[in-house]
Amino acid sequence: MTDVQAEPLAAPGQVNAKIFPFPLNAWYVAAWDHEVTSKKPLARTVAGQPMALYRTADGRPVALADACWHRLAPLSMGKLVGRDGIQCPYHGLQYNSAGRCTKMPAQETVNPSALVTSYPVEQRYRYVWVWPGDPLLADPASIPDMHQMDSPEWAGDGLTIEAPCNYQLVLDNLMDLTHEEFVHHSSIGQEELSESDFTTRREADGSVTVTRWIRDVTPPPFWLKNIRDRFPGFEGRVDRWQIIHYYAPSTICIDVGVAPTGTGAPEGDRSQGVNGYVMNTITPETERSSHYFWAFMRNYRLDSQLITTQLREGVHGVFGEDEAMLAAQQRAIDANPGKEFYSLNIDAGGMWVRRILDEMLRAEGRA
Amino acid sequence: MRPARVVEARDVADGVRRVVLEHAPGRPAEPGAHLQLVVHVDGPGGRRREVRSYSVVDASPDGTRSAISVLLTPTSRGGGRYVHSLSAGDDVECSAPLQGFPLRLGAGRYHLVAGGIGITALVAMARHLAARGADVVLDHVVRTRSRAAYADDLAALLGDRYRLHVDDEHGAFDVGALLDEVAAADGDGEGAVPGGAEAYVCGPIRLMDAVRRGWEARGLPASTLRFETFGSSGWYAPQPFTACIPEIGLRTTVGPDTTLLEALQRAGADLMYDCRKGECGLCRIDVASVRGVLDHRDVFLSRRQQEAGTSMCVCVSRVAALPAAQGGDGQPAELVLRLP
Repeated sequence: MTDVQAEPLAAPGQVNAKIFPFPLNAWYVAAWDHEVTSKKPLARTVAGQPMALYRTADGRPVALADACWHRLAPLSMGKLVGRDGIQCPYHGLQYNSAGRCTKMPAQETVNPSALVTSYPVEQRYRYVWVWPGDPLLADPASIPDMHQMDSPEWAGDGLTIEAPCNYQLVLDNLMDLTHEEFVHHSSIGQEELSESDFTTRREADGSVTVTRWIRDVTPPPFWLKNIRDRFPGFEGRVDRWQIIHYYAPSTICIDVGVAPTGTGAPEGDRSQGVNGYVMNTITPETERSSHYFWAFMRNYRLDSQLITTQLREGVHGVFGEDEAMLAAQQRAIDANPGKEFYSLNIDAGGMWVRRILDEMLRAEGRA
Repeated sequence: MRPARVVEARDVADGVRRVVLEHAPGRPAEPGAHLQLVVHVDGPGGRRREVRSYSVVDASPDGTRSAISVLLTPTSRGGGRYVHSLSAGDDVECSAPLQGFPLRLGAGRYHLVAGGIGITALVAMARHLAARGADVVLDHVVRTRSRAAYADDLAALLGDRYRLHVDDEHGAFDVGALLDEVAAADGDGEGAVPGGAEAYVCGPIRLMDAVRRGWEARGLPASTLRFETFGSSGWYAPQPFTACIPEIGLRTTVGPDTTLLEALQRAGADLMYDCRKGECGLCRIDVASVRGVLDHRDVFLSRRQQEAGTSMCVCVSRVAALPAAQGGDGQPAELVLRLP
């Protein structure tokens, strides 16, 4: 008889952590492209690291550590000098875009040790992305696909929410949309949401997909407006879809839409419906605050600025309901330090996210 | 400072000892980082603890091991002798890695230039750049082949982009040719690389000075030439000299194995200083007169200020007797300083 030793399951790690640490070896959005200028620096904290963001005279975005080498005064309070430099507001030390000190007061030389961290920066999909971790590992190819943001086949706009909560709470929120029924009942919620079945997959490329079809339902107000924008006077029942795509560490693009029931949308023909992409990317600021960048993109009526503005304002209102819930949840978490998180079936997507983040943290030696 | 244990100690070249320290886990040293090691040196007042800085040649990914490599010179101030006395199992004390020579990423081409033991500051940079597929060329200049620490490792890593120059065999290293190569890579012409060229230099002051002068002469930007100093070498071999500060009645002899700053402090002067490697300028003092020549070893004073000879950074700079060939009369050097 052979003694078969079962492989023990891996330790659960910190997947159930209430305050989830953030990976550092990752691209995070620091700002919308229009927020970073060559007029004056922008102060923003990404993954716990205060940064001064600006553009060089030729338009290249720069992210420097927001503390002068000398006495740590914030460079973001200083002014931009020369073609690519910034001057400390306190004693006038100057740095170039590589973070190297190029001028020191009252001396003819520059200390060869003097520099501030210059973070890898990429501008893509209307955002300025930064890499707060080991710069040697910063590969722009690992920026998640958010091509709908600046594709000519899509139109839309978005805003930023300063969410007073751990970033993982926002990811949990977006990976399980059954909350719409309770949080957003006046706009996108409907009771069939939590009744319909869904599938969760970890894909070969490392992303996670949560797919939910809600068939043959009355469109909620938000979707009735959208389908009537494309097909004026539309009446009837629809098949509705929510296909959530998660890209590590914290980008979630949600393929959403409705099409008249019976026109073949579940089988792949969406031509009689309307399709949007909710683009979300969440940047941890501190352990208890997040910069939540979102946009709503659509692939119909591309030339209508009216619809772009209506959708932006409409979604802004809906997301305001999430923000209030997330803030309240964070307060409750902090008020109940002795209590744990428990998971439900609906958390499958969020739990995959937690496992992937845990793997990233382990790879950084931080689990 | 934290406790550490020597887990490996062996010679990796003539007079160069590699020592691997095991310590509590921490962030592994980044390329260009150094650590401080407590060394025990014998001096006039008996054995004393001093601190020396050594580049981290490599570090384990889990941050529990850091390797340094130290050259033993006849003019060692005691640190080299101490490190060469270590063997596996010895207990020592060292700091966490400190960064004074950081590598910036994003350049199109990296020229690393090491003189002698200066290679220790560049090995980790070469490894990191090579692992990332960066365009990197390493020139390693040594007097004799037996002194070329890590030559085999670097040749295996970089192939013909590791260029070992042995003075004994090839004659004097041609700094000008190297800088022409850098300037071509950095310019707008044919052979220029997108992102431009940067140089990281660590070696004796003559090499660093030649590179700095050539760099300026070619109009290359000052901010893309980086060098590690430690103020450990000068234009003249260290020799004893007399230092005086008449207004406080101070007169002392500065031995070859002590710094001017240490000697002045020990003789009772209360002086301001900080970096102790010739970078910050806090220890700069006015020179009233000198018999002999000032051996400026700092990087704080500009060349104009050094040539003026009216002040010096006493943490690293010294005085040498004027050589006979330049009219010296064999008298030991003497320095008179003036407090502000």
